[in-house]
Amino acid sequence: MALIDLANPSRFLALAGRALPWLAFATALAFGVGLVMAFNAPDDYQQGATVKIMFLHVPAAWLGMFGWTLMSLSAFGTLVWRHPLADVAAKAAVPIGAAFTLLCLVTGSLWGRPMWGTSWVWDARLTSVLVLFLMYLGVMALYRTAEDPARGARAAAILTLVGAINLPIIKFSVDWWNTLHQPASVIRLGAPAIHPAILTPLLVMALAFLLLFLTLHLAAMRNEILRRRVRTLRLIQADESHA
Amino acid sequence: MNLGAHAGFIVAAYAAAAAMVGVLILWVALDYRAQRRSLDELEQRGITRRSQTKETP
Repeated sequence: MALIDLANPSRFLALAGRALPWLAFATALAFGVGLVMAFNAPDDYQQGATVKIMFLHVPAAWLGMFGWTLMSLSAFGTLVWRHPLADVAAKAAVPIGAAFTLLCLVTGSLWGRPMWGTSWVWDARLTSVLVLFLMYLGVMALYRTAEDPARGARAAAILTLVGAINLPIIKFSVDWWNTLHQPASVIRLGAPAIHPAILTPLLVMALAFLLLFLTLHLAAMRNEILRRRVRTLRLIQADESHA
Repeated sequence: MNLGAHAGFIVAAYAAAAAMVGVLILWVALDYRAQRRSLDELEQRGITRRSQTKETP
């Protein structure tokens, strides 16, 4: 099947129906392995057992940003190529990305309290992630308030592309400003600064969270296509009852 | 397994993650059921998309 064939929502639905059980199985397997590795990982020499929060916090942060990146690519699809599934992909990613960003903030607070002595500081990293979460809520509100879905899609795409400026700010905030949050220790120039005994479970948990994101996103896209079909049929029904 | 002096924070973080994953799975599953039911009801009433209506001579 050519990639362009996926532009047909019916073909996409058929593919999603076949792929979802496999993706769900792979997600459950990755989480099983990841959690066993996470709870058998050694304690950090400074942070003790609280390093186990990192196995949730870091993947959640990556996927919060991944969600917005995916929405930005979809926004291009909506504005430039008018791909029929582009807005479906963007809209489906919003609540999932928001949930992962919220999880990042919550687990960060729970980690910060025992390690920093505070759950929250207005430093550049924490604030820029909070801004990301608020932008997710903004896009969600925009979709809900738009009467015409096509205009709502274009407005959401523009807001998404403008909001993408926050992604490098989040990434480099720890380098550009003096923050309480530690600098990058995995995705950075040179080798990761984490010992393999802790890095390996972190990467397996990140893979599990990525698979979870993709599974949920595919399922949410399928729901969105069905919602649009329901809307179309209701409009046809209204047309017929007025005729 | 000894989670040390800060076990409460670790357990709370994993509980929050489990709750979030649970809510997302429930949201997707319930939404799918609702959309499927609405679509089936409309199609049972004979309302179909124009691309689905059979062409008559």
